[in-house]
Amino acid sequence: MNALAPGAPRRDVSLLRVADLRVEVLVDGILRPAVDGVSFAIERGECLAVVGESGCGKTMLGRALLDLLPEGARRSGAVHLDGRDLSGVSDSEWSKIRGRRIALVFQEPGAALDPVRTIGAQIDEALRRDGAGDPAGRRRRAESLLAEVAFPDPARGLSEYPHRLSGGQRQRAFLAIALARDPALLVADEPTASLDATVAADVLDLLDRLRRERALATLLITHDLSSAARRADRALVLYAGRVAEEGPAKSVFFEPRHPYTRALVACVPRLSDASAARRRLSSIPGSVPDLAFRPRGCCAFVHRCPDRFAPCDVAEPLLYPAGASLARCFLFDPSRGPGTGSPR
Amino acid sequence: MTAVPAERELGTPLLLEAADLRKVYRARGSGNPVVAVDGVSFVIRAGETLALVGESGSGKTTIGRLVARLENVDGGAIRFDGADWLALSGGALRRKRRNLQVVFQDPQTSLNPRMRVGDQVAEPLRVQQIAPRRELAARVARLLEEVGLDPAAAARFPSEFSGGQRQRIAIARALATRPRLLVCDEPVSALDASIAAQIVNLLLDLQRDLGLAYLFISHDLPLVARVADRVAVLYLGRIVEEGSPAAVFGRPLHPYTAALVSSVPRDGAGEAPPRIPLPGEPGSGLAWERGCGFAPRCPIARPRCREETPALDEIVPGSRAACFYPGELRVPAL
Repeated sequence: MNALAPGAPRRDVSLLRVADLRVEVLVDGILRPAVDGVSFAIERGECLAVVGESGCGKTMLGRALLDLLPEGARRSGAVHLDGRDLSGVSDSEWSKIRGRRIALVFQEPGAALDPVRTIGAQIDEALRRDGAGDPAGRRRRAESLLAEVAFPDPARGLSEYPHRLSGGQRQRAFLAIALARDPALLVADEPTASLDATVAADVLDLLDRLRRERALATLLITHDLSSAARRADRALVLYAGRVAEEGPAKSVFFEPRHPYTRALVACVPRLSDASAARRRLSSIPGSVPDLAFRPRGCCAFVHRCPDRFAPCDVAEPLLYPAGASLARCFLFDPSRGPGTGSPR
Repeated sequence: MTAVPAERELGTPLLLEAADLRKVYRARGSGNPVVAVDGVSFVIRAGETLALVGESGSGKTTIGRLVARLENVDGGAIRFDGADWLALSGGALRRKRRNLQVVFQDPQTSLNPRMRVGDQVAEPLRVQQIAPRRELAARVARLLEEVGLDPAAAARFPSEFSGGQRQRIAIARALATRPRLLVCDEPVSALDASIAAQIVNLLLDLQRDLGLAYLFISHDLPLVARVADRVAVLYLGRIVEEGSPAAVFGRPLHPYTAALVSSVPRDGAGEAPPRIPLPGEPGSGLAWERGCGFAPRCPIARPRCREETPALDEIVPGSRAACFYPGELRVPAL
């Protein structure tokens, strides 16, 4: 129970440590692994970006941390929060942890806000969950939370309804509600995908600031590689439910090692391409293998890989050191790859 | 008419010429009218890509819908393929419509889930009475191959395909009438970058092979930099800057363009230069009585900007901007 008490974070262990996480979901009545043996850690105040194409398990990974999995799904593996093993906790304890220590921020905050109650009432409800305080004090606290997320005119914001707010304001209001319970980890699932570019950059700046000021760790699930490269400390590239590459964000995005990461980064057009008008983009042939037809006994990326060689068809690669990162690719297997560490 | 005298000298025939387009939405009851498109003029030459970029409320999607005649204008004129496009009706409109088709962002909603793919791709051929019934199947097969799908897809339903494949189906249907202009409204923004790249490459290949022109509507500046010949930046229903992508994104003339460009993550691993912060959010399209629509958020606005409305003037050859102080606000560099 101690590990749940706010104000008593342990410094000697990682904030979150996930080991061999598996999430199986029902596809036509059969359990299939959407997340397939994923391990990682997040330290306090750290931002870990999770990237990969749709269907690679990004969202399911975030949901598993909050125990918000679809009907019939099964989770296994170890999740340690503040050093405490969460695998065996009861549903009621999960719901205490959720929101209190781990909060979720969605892509479309409008859907997560209660449309018929004011922002103030919704922050107040979150504050009351962790012990009351007097109404005036809670009101002051709610106002200061809106100020903290740079909501314009916080006092007025308390009495606003969600539908009267812009997309960016809704995302800020939703963050204020999440912060009311002083979480240690924010799971942000495409938090800016529905926002305009200038507003999205503002919201990401805000997340950066909260991370610094509150030592709020962030699991940033995103398809936006450019922002992830700029803002995350570390990055996890998922492919077909497994970690394809993991390492410092700058290494993963600017010196990608795994052929999948390299292909993914190459797909993203850059503003400096303006002089390359009408030149075809680099793309990845094919698509992520369907959950029901995941290849076994070979590399999951083999059918789309430009660097495929003999072992890729007959064995499953492990994660091997590759530069500052780890890559699940035989190119980096010291016992059989070309051993160069710098393919092609 | 602010429309583009210099553009005509380049030789390629004009395919579409939009002049002073205006669209006003009136809320039910007593709400203020929202001016979604406010005096927009542009041209598209045969085989060319004009991109419209801007944020929410910029009017870019509405302009696409006006050009496609999915909505009626409240003012202005469009000349398309040698005809007074907005005046056409009946059979003349139906025949001319063959030359202008639309591809939407989300094929999930633009395709009919209960209709086989082949029937949907054949529909424009039937409606337009382009192909006799006995040739439909062969035409559909060729169209599906053209967009990189197996002709066997014709017998299946949209739900059996991935997002990228559905967008290919939508493009095949749009190509059925052999149009000269495709209005593409955020055609890849619902797709993963890897799949988006495949679709963009398909659009580029089709343009090269068929000489298609695109009105390419997107919020994605780097993508636009890659596909467009010219780009128009919209803010609150007006074009604030227009020129080649290299000019517009490389050396923006309008402060709004500079802010947009500065919000795109920079290339390379080095430290990022600062962003130009803008107060507030893109407006809701409420009409302003006078002055520049961007002035309330503009970092370099001066009293004049709140009094007079700047015209979209040529500032340097090939580039136009609607700003009294063009080029003054630079994109921060390191």
